[in-house]
Amino acid sequence: MSKAIIEVRIPTILRPYTKNEKAVSAYGSSLSELISDLDAKFPGLGERLLENGELRRFINIYINDEDVRFMGGLSATLKAGDSVTILPAVAGGCN
Amino acid sequence: MDAIVAQSIAEYPDECCGVILGPIGSDKPIRHKPMINAAASPTFYEFDSKDLLNLYREIDDLDEEIVVVYHSHTETQAYPSRTDIAYASEPGAHYVLVSTRKEIAPENEFRSYRIIDGVVTEEPVQIISEF
Repeated sequence: MSKAIIEVRIPTILRPYTKNEKAVSAYGSSLSELISDLDAKFPGLGERLLENGELRRFINIYINDEDVRFMGGLSATLKAGDSVTILPAVAGGCN
Repeated sequence: MDAIVAQSIAEYPDECCGVILGPIGSDKPIRHKPMINAAASPTFYEFDSKDLLNLYREIDDLDEEIVVVYHSHTETQAYPSRTDIAYASEPGAHYVLVSTRKEIAPENEFRSYRIIDGVVTEEPVQIISEF
């Protein structure tokens, strides 16, 4: 099966990995494959998205309008024309 | 500022949060947008994931950026916590903290910081009526 080309929107804090590009293209038929391809193209980016092979708690990834946590996480499927948005959570606390 | 302090009191004992937006590159906080604390907690705040996506879409459409990210601390000082520093992810933003702890009046605890690569730098806050 050929892999879909996906547009991925990169947040400001991760743009040092993408030569300051706001959006990049990568291949993958699942989120997991997409992240592998992103990391191959932009070394170090995968590490900012994953921790011990799981999605980082304070990084939000969306496929089109949906948070991937509600779509099966890393096994969420992708098809041509999908758009992926990465946004760091805005969070904190008093501890 | 009055609106942020009012929100922090209204949402007490939970932490409140929100942003002030401005035109890209202006560094001017113009448009106040309170956000819902999805964590609904006295010790933690987090923007709802869907609200976060909508916020970024909205500011993209309007050529705005996040100039200020604010939240309240309910019982501790208005200084970034370890958690705040660890999750600060907008290097261009001013991180404003307001404390609602009772022993100090809120107007005395409205402080602003830059948080870049884990380094916190306090900056003065100047209150003006408009730009």
